[in-house]
Parts: sequence; C-alpha cells; structure tokens
Amino acid sequence: MQSRRLIDFCRFAFVCACGIAPIAGWATDIAQFKVAKGSVYLERSGKRSPARVGTHLQATDTVVTGADGVAGITFIDNSLLSVGPNSVLQIERYAFNSTTHEGVFDTTLTRGTLSVVSGKIAKQSPDAMKVRTPSSILGVRGTEFLVRTGE
Amino acid sequence: MHARYLGPLAALLVLCGCATSRDLVVLLPGKDGKVGKVIVSNPKGETVLDSAYAAARTTDGKVRRDRASQNEVQSIFGETLEAMPPRPISFTLYFESGTDEFTEASKREVKGVLAEMARRPAPEITVIGHTDQAGTDQMNDALSLQRAKRVKSILVGMGIPPSRILTAGRGRREPLVRTADGASEPRNRRVEISVR
Repeated sequence: MQSRRLIDFCRFAFVCACGIAPIAGWATDIAQFKVAKGSVYLERSGKRSPARVGTHLQATDTVVTGADGVAGITFIDNSLLSVGPNSVLQIERYAFNSTTHEGVFDTTLTRGTLSVVSGKIAKQSPDAMKVRTPSSILGVRGTEFLVRTGE
Repeated sequence: MHARYLGPLAALLVLCGCATSRDLVVLLPGKDGKVGKVIVSNPKGETVLDSAYAAARTTDGKVRRDRASQNEVQSIFGETLEAMPPRPISFTLYFESGTDEFTEASKREVKGVLAEMARRPAPEITVIGHTDQAGTDQMNDALSLQRAKRVKSILVGMGIPPSRILTAGRGRREPLVRTADGASEPRNRRVEISVR
C-alpha cells in the first residue's frame, strides 16, 4: 500500500514537473458544471457553496449532492462525470497537457453513485485515471462505467 | 514519510474488518459500440471488467465478478445517467492554402460550431491545431498552437467570449491521414474545434 501511494505520488510529481499544470489563461479551472439540479454543493478549502450550471471546478474540489440533487460535469480533457443523489465525490488530482494528452485524474467517491465517460487523459495513458471508493481502487482503461458505494 | 501513511492504512484496515462498504461497478458499452476496461482492486483481490454489463461487487471486502442487468442499472443509476452532460462534438476547419481564409466548407463548419454552442448549457470550446509530418516536433507544436490562436481570434471576432475558448497545439501527433515522416499533406494541416 505504501509503495503504491509513493508510486502515485511520484507519477504526479513527474507530471507537474513536466509543466502539465493547468493551461495558461484559465488559471486552475479544470471543469465546469453542465447540469445541477436540486441541492448541489461545491466544497473548496473547507467552504461549501451552492453549485450551478456554469460553476467552475478546480483540482481538490469536492462535489456534494443532497437527497434531491444530481450534477453533471465536463472536464477540459473531455472527460464527463455525473453524480446521483446523496453523493460525495472529491477530485483528488487533475492535470492535463493539451499538447501531449498526458495527465493524471484521480477521484474518490465516498458515498453515492457516479457515472463516467473517460476522456483524453485515460485514452493517452492507461494508468492515468483512477477512481477510489472507501474499499476499492478502479484503474480506468476506458471508457464508460458506473460506480456505487455504500449501502 | 512513514507516519503520513499510517492514517490511511489504519482506515483501510478498519474498513476491511467491518465491511461497511458495499461497492458496485458496472462497465457500459460505449456510444461508439466499443467496450473499454476497468480493473477493480482492493487488498483482498482484483477483477477485470472488459465486456458490456460486466460488474464487480464488493462485499465483506471481497471483489466478485458478476453481471448487471439493464434493469438493475436503470433502477440504481437511472437518475445519475440522466444527469450526464452532453457529449463533446468536433468540427474540422481548413484554410485556403497559404491564406488566413477558411475554405467554403469550413465556413459552414463554423456555423455548426455556433449552433452547437447555442444549444448547450455553459458551452466551452477547445481550438486544437494540427500539422502534417513535415518538420520537427518542436516546430510543429509551435505552428499548431499558432494556428489555433489565429482561429481563436477569428471566433472572438464573431462574438464568442474569449473566456469560453481554450487553445491547444497537438503538433503532428494526431494526423487525419497517415503519411510518411516528413510528408507535406494539406488534409493534416487543420484546426479542430471541440465543443463541450
């Protein structure tokens, strides 16, 4: 487990060192809400605010939905995600180089349901996209899949 | 370094011991008919999902390979699937050779881009430049980005807010037509607009 995390960390550090950081001009925005119905919140640095269609997301943001909430999000590498009601999804890491398509995309679903259509990051590098739940790790080779965690 | 990992490790051990988490992962057929692959693993095992509706079920910390019916998918994930954003769509533009002018066909494509943006929520585009196989990687990366920026400025002139446009230079990495290294090929010298 330790070495796995270390490898993940090194992979991330390498990607950052290669200048894959967010694209200039858009600072650190990596994604945008395209769908937000019912109670949908964005948590950033411990602060929670309502999310709407057009709200931008950054790496390490967390998306939280209530019992009546669903949200759909599009990333700059054309990855698509949606979460169902009563869900908590954290973007752990996101980096995308729009020239080489190298990057990393790690999320954790701590509760609820998630739908994914992977984008250019997963297409370029087979180990670049991971989804974690409290008990499992999903290595994503592509492209469309669903995840539920919890009871 | 070591202490940093004790927390997550302990949490993982507790979770596996108590089996509080019950996961379901289902692989779906892609819209293009292709089926991808997802590897589901935890400390007690691993399973590979590589066919449509293949499923991994995790109970008591164990991963079991199974299948999911379309009915089960609909009842558990129906609302989630309905919230998926619209799929990105791509348009390809060409220039009249040696000019800044779009070809006639490309002018129609630009209209398509605008129409597509009008029907999407919070629309954004990435303008991606591509080159042919003539020249070095470095030259082509710069050239393709330059082309993308030129198209961005044309689109801004047509009224698309610059904040909604990203540019990228893919260089010669994604030719439309396969050619020999070093070959000049007009069909590969293009700009792609991805609307999402």
